This record gives sequence, structure tokens and C-alpha cells, in this order.
Amino acid sequence: MSDIRSEIRLLLAGFGGQGILFAGKVVAYAGLIEDRELSWLPSYGPEMRGGTANCSVTLASSPIGSPLVTEPDVLVAMNRPSLEKYAPIVRPGGVIVYDSSLIDTMPVRDDVQIYDVPATGITSEQDLGGLANVLMVGKLWRETQFCAEDTLTAALEKAIPARKAHLLEPNLRALKLGKSYV
Amino acid sequence: MSEKVLMKGNEALAEAALRAGCDCFFGYPITPQTEVAAYMARRMPKVGGVYLQAESEIAAINMIYGASAAGARVLTSSSSPGISLKSEGISYLAGADLPAVIINVQRGGPGLGGIQPSQADYWQATRAMGHGDFHVTVLAPSTVQEMCDLVALAFDLADRYRTQVMILADGLLGQMMEPVVLPEPAGADARADKPWALTGTGGVRPGNVANSLCLVADNLEARNVERFRRYEVIRDSEQRAETYLVDDAETVIVAFGACARVAKSAIDTLRRDGVAVGLIRPITLWPWPADAINAVLDGGVVRRMLSVEMSMGQMIDDVKLTVNGRIPVDFFGRSGGVVPTPAEVEGAVRRLVDAGDGAPAAAGVTAGVAAHNANNGKEA
Repeated sequence: MSDIRSEIRLLLAGFGGQGILFAGKVVAYAGLIEDRELSWLPSYGPEMRGGTANCSVTLASSPIGSPLVTEPDVLVAMNRPSLEKYAPIVRPGGVIVYDSSLIDTMPVRDDVQIYDVPATGITSEQDLGGLANVLMVGKLWRETQFCAEDTLTAALEKAIPARKAHLLEPNLRALKLGKSYV
Repeated sequence: MSEKVLMKGNEALAEAALRAGCDCFFGYPITPQTEVAAYMARRMPKVGGVYLQAESEIAAINMIYGASAAGARVLTSSSSPGISLKSEGISYLAGADLPAVIINVQRGGPGLGGIQPSQADYWQATRAMGHGDFHVTVLAPSTVQEMCDLVALAFDLADRYRTQVMILADGLLGQMMEPVVLPEPAGADARADKPWALTGTGGVRPGNVANSLCLVADNLEARNVERFRRYEVIRDSEQRAETYLVDDAETVIVAFGACARVAKSAIDTLRRDGVAVGLIRPITLWPWPADAINAVLDGGVVRRMLSVEMSMGQMIDDVKLTVNGRIPVDFFGRSGGVVPTPAEVEGAVRRLVDAGDGAPAAAGVTAGVAAHNANNGKEA
């Protein structure tokens, strides 16, 4: 991967309802806090209802052209269709993080780093149901250091609206679990 | 400077409208612009404005007519099929010289089409936004910041020239989030005086009339001639375009909105390989920025232009009209809601350069790389 502090292009993908867009927002807010160029682009439309949802996020040091990530440095996949669809387009040298609780297949790539995380399983066991997305962001940070550690926490805090402040604590726990998952 | 916030293009646009003193919003939901209406529904009542979801697009545009006639700053918003429904009302607004701002967050067509980003309403916006002799001023943002910044300009142009101003965006710009610095709220004195508005005579002045009906041909002609004099002023003074790396460019891409972003990515890659390529990005689609294109042509370096669009090729007509046969003009586009990738645009440029015109392409490459940093500004 090229210098991750100058540009990182992420594709996050899964089912609608898994918090894919929120996970992307946390990454985007990290870029905002560090005053980097950034873009966040969701898939929208009928595919969000029960189908796949995905989200392109780019953090960069110079203005971003196309916000649509077609050759990601990083893929976060939270269902099998997403992994099968997007694993082949990850840049050589890139990173794939996938939820092995929900995906019973392995990506066939020997030119990228692959991390399997049973994110949905861990979060269910820890009474953090629905926060597998945030755990995945934690793991993603562990493997790529896409922002400073303090920034990551601040970004999560910023992404949670004030009216949902009671959800901050479980979110921070999920993030921590991801950051420490080996 | 205000703090940067992270917002969707549609939301930034709506917030900018509020800050520009928008009094009334009338609309009807349609993907991919619904966030504009949703944001307005949430905020308008809190700032003492009017938000109304009409029963249809046609109703909404006619509410715009009424509120504008009464002197209010008015906004409506839709996406391609909904804009077609509004076109009758837009023509009536033009005929009655009523200012209005109309947002089109385009999606693929024709017909109901799809909901993915498109630029296929270019002809409609710039050529025939309704029946009769009139133009709509058309602004084309390319970033979320511009989704925001062009709104106040749109209201100002609408009021100043008593014309209809369209912001021609697309689903990509509407849905994406970028950091944006929101504009300061406009002061009350920034608002144009509207002596023509139907505000009540108070028994001291003759009544005003807002009407597009004019049955005497000579009178209607005179009204149209007067309106076209205003259009001439707009054409002379309101063209806007950005140029990027054009000084030494033998190939110049012309692209607006989301396509201009894709083109810039392609250009940066091509420049690293020594290909002398640049970009003209029209910000006003009407008035068409002929001056910016002529300036590049007059530079004498450009050998070919390439119009890059999310359509089957519409803006290329205007590029060709300006170029007027001086150099070849080619086209690359994707239609139906497909967003071209930088690699595709790069390929299109390479094919053109390789085909050549008898001279080696990409001389003076190093000068171009230096120009990369120096020539990044806007030409107003």
C-alpha cells in the first residue's frame, strides 16, 4: 500500500442494517478531525433494502477526484456477497478485513493481507449486539493505523448524535475489542 | 473562518439556502434529492419559513410562482422526472419574470429511468427548460462546498435579473459527504428590492401584476426582447469556469459537476506519465463559459478537446459551437446512471493522444508538472 497517511481508499460493504454507512462515517470523521481531505459516498436506492449496502471513503492529503472507490486499498466486508464481489478489486498490497462469523469462505488472494474477525460473534457474546461494524473499524485501525489513536475515539464520539449519547459507552467497548483483536 | 463540518451535498445545499434567506420551500420527494426536502422540513419551521410538501411537482412549482410573485425568496427541488413535470411552471415563471431557484439532483433517464447519478438533463436545462423564448441560468457544482456556495449566488442572480436559476447537480454530489464550511447568513440588506412584487398597494401606488399571458403579439415581442437584453447582460458578466493545468495542455477535457472530479483524477495520473492534459470545468452551463474556452484556444497549444459527460453526449454540442471547427472535439461518456472511472477517462485520453494528429503528443511535459501547482485557481 502507498503511504497510508497521504491517501487511503476504503470500501465498506455488507447488508443494509449492519451499520456499514455508520462505520464509514467514523472513518470520515477521523479525516475531518485531522483536517485531511475526505469523501464519503454511500450506495443508495433499492439495493439498501435487504440487499448489499456499501460505502466508499477516501482520506487524502490533496483534493479528491472521484469519490467512488473502484480499487480500494482496504475492504471491510460484512457479508459473503460483498466479499465475493469486492475482494478481487482490492489493490495488490491492500488489506481485507471480513466478518468470519457471517462469511464461511476465504478470499482467494495471496497479494493482500487478509484478516478474519468473528465480529458478529464477539459482539453478541459481549452483549454488544449490532456493534460488529464498530468492532470492525477497531480492527481496521489496528491493521492500518489510518489515523492517530486519539482521533479514532474522537471520531466515534462525533459520529454518534447527541440524542443517542447513551450508546457511546457500548460503542467505545466495541471499538476497543476490535483494536485489541489479534 | 468557520469550522468545517461533514455534510451530504443535499443537506449542505439546504442549509445554505436557509442561510441565504430562503423564505419558502415547496417540493415533492424523489430520490436522489429527498434529503433537501427532509432537511427543509426539519429546519424551516424553526426559522419562521414555510415548508410545504405539495401533492405533486406541478403543484409545488405553481406554489413557487405564487410565493415569488409576493416577493418571497423561493426554492424548489427535485430530480430529473420531477423537473420535467415542473417545466410548464418554469416557463410561466419566465414569462412573468419571477425569480426562483430550482434544484435538479439528476438521475438516469429518460422516463422514470433509474436513481443513479446522471448529467443527461443538460440539454433540458440549457436548451429548453419549457416552451417559449427563455433561458434558465444554470449553475453546476462539483463539490459539496460548491453545492453550498452556489446557492446564495443562485438567489442573488435570480433576484438581480428576475430570472430562474437552476442548480444542476447529480446523485453523486447530492449523496456524498465532504467537509464543508457553511456560509455566514446573509444580512437583510443583501436582499434585492422588489418593487414589482405583489405586496399590496397600500392605496398609494398602482397595483402590480404577475402574469405570463400577453395576447397582443407586439407587446409579447417587446417583453421577450426586454428579457433577452437581461440575458445579454448575464452572458457578458456571469460566465464562470475553472481551469486546471491548461497552459501547456495539448488535450483539454471539458467536464462539469461530478465528471470534472473524475477527470481531475485521470489528469493527475496522466500528468505523472507526462501527458500534457488539462481541464476546463464550466461552473455556469448557461451562460456557457465561451470566454474560458476561447482563452484556452487562443493560447494556441491545445490540439484537441474531449467532452466527458454522464450522458450520451450533450454538452459536447456547446463545446463544438465554441470551438467552431478550429480543433477536433471528441466525446467520452457513460449513460444511465453509470459513473465513469478515472481509468476509463484516462484510457479515452490516451487513445486520442496515440491517434495523434501527425505531431508527437506531450512535448513540454515538465512545464506541465510545474503548472500543476501554479494553475489551480478559479477563473470567475
